[in-house]
Amino acid sequence: MAITEPVLSIENLTIALPEGADRAFAVDDVSLQLFAGEILCIVGESGSGKSMSANAMMGLLPDLVRPVNGRIVFGAVDLLDKTEAELMDLRGRKLAMIFQEPMSALNPLMRVEDQIAEVFEAHRLLTPKERAARAVELLTEVGIPDPAKAAKAYPFQLSGGQRQRVMIAMALALEPEILIADEPTTALDVTTQAQILELIRDLQQKRGMAVMFITHDFGVVAEIADRVAVMQFGKIVETGTADAVLDDPQHAYTRKLIAAIPRLVAGQAPTRKEKPPVLEVENLFKTYRTGGGLFSKPRVVEAVKDVSLQLAEGETLGIVGESGSGKSSVGRCLVRLMEPDRGTVRLAGQDMAHLKGEHLRAVRGSIQMIFQDPYASLNPRAKIGRIIAEGPMAHGVSRREAYKRAARLLELVGLDVSAADRYPHEFSGGQRQRVGIARALALEPRVIIADEAVSALDVSIQAQVLDLLADLKERLDLALIFITHDLRVAAQICDRIAVMHQGEIVETGPAHDIFNRPQNAYTRTLIDAIPGREKELAAAG
Amino acid sequence: MSDFWKRFSRNRGAVIGVVILAVVVLVAVLAPVLFPQSPWRMVQRPFLPPLSMDQYPLGTDALGRDVLAGLAYGAQVSLLIGVVSTAAALLVGIPIGALAGYFGGVADDVLMRFTEFFQTVPSFALAIVLVAIFEPNIQSIIAAIAIVSWPPVARLVRGEVLSLRSREYVEAAILSGQTSATIIWRQVLPNTLSPIIVLASLMVATAILLESSLSFLGLGDPNLMSWGYMIGAARTVIRQAWWLSFFPGVAILLTVLALNLIGEGLNDALNPSLARRGR
Amino acid sequence: MLRFILMRLMKAAVILIAILTLNFFLIHAAPGDPAAVLAGEAGAADAQFIEQLRQRFGLDKPLLTQLGIYLGGVLQLDLGYSYRQQMPVADLIFARLPATLLLTLTAFVIALVLGTLAGVLASARVGKWSDTVISTLALLFYATPLFWVALMAVLVFSVFLNWLPGFGYETVGANYTGFRRALDIAQHLILPATTLGLFFMAVYMRMTRASMLEVSRLDFVKTARAKGLRPGIIQRRHIFRNAMLPVVTLAGLQAGQLVGGAVLTETVFAWPGIGRLMFEALTQRDYNLLLGVFFVSAAMVLLFNLITDILYRVVDPRIRVVS
Repeated sequence: MAITEPVLSIENLTIALPEGADRAFAVDDVSLQLFAGEILCIVGESGSGKSMSANAMMGLLPDLVRPVNGRIVFGAVDLLDKTEAELMDLRGRKLAMIFQEPMSALNPLMRVEDQIAEVFEAHRLLTPKERAARAVELLTEVGIPDPAKAAKAYPFQLSGGQRQRVMIAMALALEPEILIADEPTTALDVTTQAQILELIRDLQQKRGMAVMFITHDFGVVAEIADRVAVMQFGKIVETGTADAVLDDPQHAYTRKLIAAIPRLVAGQAPTRKEKPPVLEVENLFKTYRTGGGLFSKPRVVEAVKDVSLQLAEGETLGIVGESGSGKSSVGRCLVRLMEPDRGTVRLAGQDMAHLKGEHLRAVRGSIQMIFQDPYASLNPRAKIGRIIAEGPMAHGVSRREAYKRAARLLELVGLDVSAADRYPHEFSGGQRQRVGIARALALEPRVIIADEAVSALDVSIQAQVLDLLADLKERLDLALIFITHDLRVAAQICDRIAVMHQGEIVETGPAHDIFNRPQNAYTRTLIDAIPGREKELAAAG
Repeated sequence: MSDFWKRFSRNRGAVIGVVILAVVVLVAVLAPVLFPQSPWRMVQRPFLPPLSMDQYPLGTDALGRDVLAGLAYGAQVSLLIGVVSTAAALLVGIPIGALAGYFGGVADDVLMRFTEFFQTVPSFALAIVLVAIFEPNIQSIIAAIAIVSWPPVARLVRGEVLSLRSREYVEAAILSGQTSATIIWRQVLPNTLSPIIVLASLMVATAILLESSLSFLGLGDPNLMSWGYMIGAARTVIRQAWWLSFFPGVAILLTVLALNLIGEGLNDALNPSLARRGR
Repeated sequence: MLRFILMRLMKAAVILIAILTLNFFLIHAAPGDPAAVLAGEAGAADAQFIEQLRQRFGLDKPLLTQLGIYLGGVLQLDLGYSYRQQMPVADLIFARLPATLLLTLTAFVIALVLGTLAGVLASARVGKWSDTVISTLALLFYATPLFWVALMAVLVFSVFLNWLPGFGYETVGANYTGFRRALDIAQHLILPATTLGLFFMAVYMRMTRASMLEVSRLDFVKTARAKGLRPGIIQRRHIFRNAMLPVVTLAGLQAGQLVGGAVLTETVFAWPGIGRLMFEALTQRDYNLLLGVFFVSAAMVLLFNLITDILYRVVDPRIRVVS
């Protein structure tokens, strides 16, 4: 492979950010080569400049962001020298791109077939009738069920995975030499992600395309990459074949990133004494009705169907499932942010599923939640100290005492006491999540529910927060329900796991058993779909 | 706060707006000093054209009253009615919107149908009817303007509250056992402040336009000299005396323009993420 | 779609009944004897007529019975009698309605077409001088009192330049017929319709510009660029169509203001529509007529709203297909 000429090479590319940005260059002196028939993964955490490089290749950089140095050589010419008209001719025909958000990457007002036909139209190819026919062929090729019908559909009528397939069909329409995929599976569920990755790999091999695949997820890298380039702060810190980088990372940053990935090995449940259950959930039901008026039938979604579970003192129970599985609804019913239709939620013997008003307010302190989005979970207009102290104060603790407790908690979660006098926007995502944990602890709850509590964080920060949670759990003997879509995270932190699918718990068991001897067919699909799992198994021998 | 001023003063339009408004406010405040005599008093011969006498640079009207003095006193009326009626509309709109957005369900349905009703009714026509039936005076004018202008406030606040309601920090506040009143007051409302401030500045502008339109139709307070009244009274003599309708109109235009410019400046400065990013 | 229209009509009916109820209570809340209020300025009507009114509206009966009588009357298109004009209110209004519809619809079309056009133009040239000029003009139109623009238009185009008639609906006494008459009316229409349209033109321009800029930042526009589509096609097919959705919504919401603006425009231009009728009712303190016009203008607004709602559903498949 080393002898062949690259289809595209980036030489000393530097892209300047507008004044006032957090650093001067989005991409700083980057050189890369992309060869025909290979998948090159560019990996990095958010803000590493990986997407900017891809956009530069397409000539689709945002306004005010411009390349200041270097070349992007494609077919013996520098793309940065091309005029807009020349680039237009290349886009779609020689270089194609797919994006992260399949929900917003398609025009909501246009039928799928028209959006595919546009690619031919843009390059003045085929007649309108032929374009429509090709659209259906392409949709067939990317494996959309009932392609003729999908062609006539509007984007909102398709699922996320189907939309991403449409995007791929569009990108492949003119058989480009290079496909740039910018986090194309990040917004998808794990099983859909596995399918899309397989599709990209298949098509790439069939057509001998070069693919530049941008991702933050080393699991995905293990699954799909031939070669890897790792980026940090706009620079490439390491390149090499996938095996070399994953198995024997040279750069400290790469090593840190890879070490931060939760391993898929769930520990054997420690043989501990049977502890009494602190939370017992029996036959919980929740059904949503949306829309529906005088003339229209409401849409009914059975979000939670007959869910029962138990949580022992000091135990961590994972609830895992894909989006729409009902895992978040269960969590919200437990803390009563949502009213369950039926069922009991016994917290230390008291059924709180149907408490109202003051009674509910009084017991709320015993069950607390850690939220997903570190940016939305703290009131931007309140100081950190107040955010933590508000809960105890609402339960009658004096102001002085509450602020004292807040200071203690800040230390406990690894923040400086001075944080109490500052506003949330002064903190990073990981620090905010620590504040969220401190707030949940402020009421000295018996049970904490963490709803996708680390999903919004970069992998290195994620590892730190997971460590903190594990440590706190041990020290404070907390019972934790950990809701997540990420099976790696579940494997790392949970003692037991409940797998949810379409509102029901399909399987519950010790984490080790779920990962190594899944009984249910859906659980098996879910575990097989975890990116990078095969490689890890192989490595484990 | 200093960030806010930096962003606000970068907007050239907004700065011009502040300057114009400052002049208008100054004139309104100083009117009794600058023109100690009543603006209703005849001071010269009727239809004195502008610039013909140094003492009355903008001329006189059909009854020989000083146009410039009328403009100065009119500024008082416009600003007073604009600010007071906007305050009244906010007092009605914010609670309705906050309750509807926070509690949802039946409360939301009832309050929003009510709001929708007032929004569907042609507002200017309703204002005319209200002022006409309750006799034109400053109270009825302020009440009428407030009644037709609160619905956008309610809808805005409801929308904001609705989105804040499902924000995780509000859910955290619910879980920590805070009462609904505390949550609305401490967690929700402070975060709706910026869009309300922007809307309020634009509402003052609209209220001034409404007041002048009512006065133009003869529905102004008969004891107050207002810009709309001056134009209305000059309508029939426009062929002889253009200046009588021209200058009060310019005064309205400048004041309303200033408020709109300030509103836009506030919007850009208070919601920096929405403001022309990247252009 | 049919079901949707039916729903909306029912909703409109509820709103109209609510307005009538409001009207009714306004008459009773007004200072003075309701009968005198209904008859016009107190003391203007003779005692016999007032007695007649008392009979008809059952003014001695309980309030709710009176409301029933009033609503029943309106159902039979009886909006009462204008003592001042010696004619039934409904007849007066219906005679004037076509002129108002002509004026408001023309103004609406002018505003929507020119406003969106200017908005598209400005958004395409963002930051350049043409954008600055268009945006500044829009800001000015937006801040100008309608009645003042109307007066200035009369002054400039009718009095000084003598290009266009600034008064009335057609040339009085000319007795034109057919095409000649239509042309004459069109000439009379230009100033009032443009004046009334200016404010809304500014509104639509600003909305279109903002919306175009917002949509052009969305992901699917990037997709379109990645396909190699030309900017012109992207503007038209991808950005414009999506950007129009909020403009259509706004146009519906603005309908009420359009009708309100007609009162001022018709007053200045002596345009014989219901807006002018409202002004006449006002000066003659003919409250029954005033409330009648108010009711009919509200009905007009509901009609405008219905039309824009239907338009919205035609444009947006997400709503169209689901229902």
